[in-house]
Amino acid sequence: MLFCRNGGSDSLTLEGRVVAPAQGIDECLRITVTDGVISALESAIANPLVIAPAFVDPHVHLRTPGREDEETLRSGTEAAAAGGYCAILAMPNTEPVVDSASVLGSLVARSRSEAVVPTGFMAAISKRQEGEELSELAELAAAGAAAFTDDGRPVVSAGLMRRALQYSALAGRPLALHCEEPTLSRGGHAHEGEVSAELGLGPYPSTAESLMVERDLALAAAEDRPLHLMHLSARESVAALRRARADGVAATAETTPHHLCLTDEAVRSLDPNLKMNPPLRGHEDRRALRDALRDGTIGAVATDHAPHARHEKDVPFEEAPFGVIGLETAFASLYTQLVIPGELPLETLLERMSTGPARALRVPEPRIEVGARANLVVLDLEARWQVAEAGFRSLSANSWLLGQMLRGRVLRTVADGREVFSA
Amino acid sequence: MPELLPPAPPRRHLLSVRDLTRDDIERLLKTARSLSGSLEGQVKKLPTLRGSTVVNLFYEASTRTLASFELAAKRLSADTMSIRSSGSSAEKGESLKDTAQTLAAYDPDVIVVRHPSAGAPQLVARWTGANVINAGDGKHQHPTQALLDLYALEEALGRLEGLHVAIVGDVLHSRVARSLVQALGLVGAHSTLIGPPTLIPRGIEALGCEVSSDIADAAAADVVYVLRMQQERMAAGEAFVPSLREYTALYGITPERVRPGQVVMHPGPMNRGVEIDPRVADSEAALVTDQVRAGLVVRMAVLYDLSTVARVSAPVAMEVA
Repeated sequence: MLFCRNGGSDSLTLEGRVVAPAQGIDECLRITVTDGVISALESAIANPLVIAPAFVDPHVHLRTPGREDEETLRSGTEAAAAGGYCAILAMPNTEPVVDSASVLGSLVARSRSEAVVPTGFMAAISKRQEGEELSELAELAAAGAAAFTDDGRPVVSAGLMRRALQYSALAGRPLALHCEEPTLSRGGHAHEGEVSAELGLGPYPSTAESLMVERDLALAAAEDRPLHLMHLSARESVAALRRARADGVAATAETTPHHLCLTDEAVRSLDPNLKMNPPLRGHEDRRALRDALRDGTIGAVATDHAPHARHEKDVPFEEAPFGVIGLETAFASLYTQLVIPGELPLETLLERMSTGPARALRVPEPRIEVGARANLVVLDLEARWQVAEAGFRSLSANSWLLGQMLRGRVLRTVADGREVFSA
Repeated sequence: MPELLPPAPPRRHLLSVRDLTRDDIERLLKTARSLSGSLEGQVKKLPTLRGSTVVNLFYEASTRTLASFELAAKRLSADTMSIRSSGSSAEKGESLKDTAQTLAAYDPDVIVVRHPSAGAPQLVARWTGANVINAGDGKHQHPTQALLDLYALEEALGRLEGLHVAIVGDVLHSRVARSLVQALGLVGAHSTLIGPPTLIPRGIEALGCEVSSDIADAAAADVVYVLRMQQERMAAGEAFVPSLREYTALYGITPERVRPGQVVMHPGPMNRGVEIDPRVADSEAALVTDQVRAGLVVRMAVLYDLSTVARVSAPVAMEVA
């Protein structure tokens, strides 16, 4: 269910401190890759570079088809390669929506010539993402859909959500949910709290997310079906997820670098690059997300990479669309703001950016072992760099990190046996 | 060789009450008082800003704010022009950025901005070289309204320190309330926000005010500040109160709800019979026309303050603070 441009495999050797938590490796090794496959792992002398299983992003907007001025399969996957990713999953809220085998088929065909990094395409749960009728989930799965989501919009109807959970058994691919109760979030531009109160921004309360999370977890429990919760932001959602998992619900979840690094205090700047859905929330929410990421309740980091045209973000905050880009800064932002201050061990971050999302969305898991396809990222943890518009491979530049100094840099990315990025 | 230009003077903006100190407020009010004194003479016009250009860029309907900024600029001898979104290129879909940069090409000294979205004046400040005054952005800030309210209050009551102001009504949608709470806090007064819980934003007490849903709590205040009930907020699906009738019954400022000695303020435009009883609006206790008068001198003071600090030679035509 992952597709990328046709072509051969590379042979190369890499040396460094290999950190592969899922394989129980943390030692200096020389990795030999022969025709795209790891053929040897040998002891090596100490080396400051870190080599890890390459990253998997379960949540990317490639804006194709429809908004190729914002991102294309090529630019988006080049950005992914530069961010250390060996696999990404693209959202179906395009123009047209990916809700039929024909639209999906054209994306698969284009990815075979354009996608630098293996790319999976999610298809819509409901036709046109209108929340009225189920898409042809089984046919879409047969045509290669990686998972199903109406991301960008919630599945408002509990009845349709229940049917999607039941019917997804036929499709055999996960359901990934954007949880938002629209009558609570309507008119909302920022987290409801002291900051939105002072700035006079329409409030988007935490309950707009957590109420839907609780509903979907209840339905999943009743139907005994798995589900994946996207871009969690609120502590109430985390608490609900924790309870459901303890009760045996097969629920997985992701959160984003911006929700892990920032709070709604950042919105005081009224910079439209700090406007996202769900919104940045309070300190207690960020604390809950970090705790959940550390203990594995939230098993995946997802960028929710959402490119927007410059002229659409160059407007007052309330008029700006939701979303920020993140593929090229995800590791460095989390390394700088979580690992260096001691909030999160490096191994945990690497696991939550690679094995965690791969398992949650059931895509092939990058592994460092002899005989595995090479999916590797080489990291220079000492590197310092400044985020600048000119450096982005993405066609868009709506980053919340513009101008900031970060630590840790992706030097090389090997995806499915091919070197796709070299700094 | 191109001629060397002198370094650009530092720009100053008035975007939010948050940017002001108590000293700033006291200086502005003092300047306004001295301007008021000079306007009482024979000559209503001062030469202070001769040669300066003030552009009013208004994306929302306005009577008193636009009129008072225009008149304030004219009284200070500035050249002034007013651009409204209706009838301008904004109607043809021109972005705020492009409109601001177009106006900036005429090199205005000051741009006064009113816009339905929070943060628009900050963007105009970023995209142009002018000093920018926020004349109301979304539900965020209206700093000159807060300043004129302080001016009118001080004129009427002789002090600001220690005053207690009850701000009654639709706080949720009110940039006036947000600016005023902050300004009152800066000068040592305090405020209580009173309204139905659906119209009081969650978290607003962080601005340093009390919150109540009981109109009886207004009795303890020196000042009852009545907010406009924005009727457009009553659209289907957007009804924050069950009916205007019920709102008026619970929160309307009637003569019975005004204690002797209290003064009543309203930023206008008033919905007589909704948030304020006409008998109160027309009573001795009402400072509404004092507020409008204060608007002129306070806006003159703000224009004067922003424009003169950056000048090479100080104006001499008037007594300055």
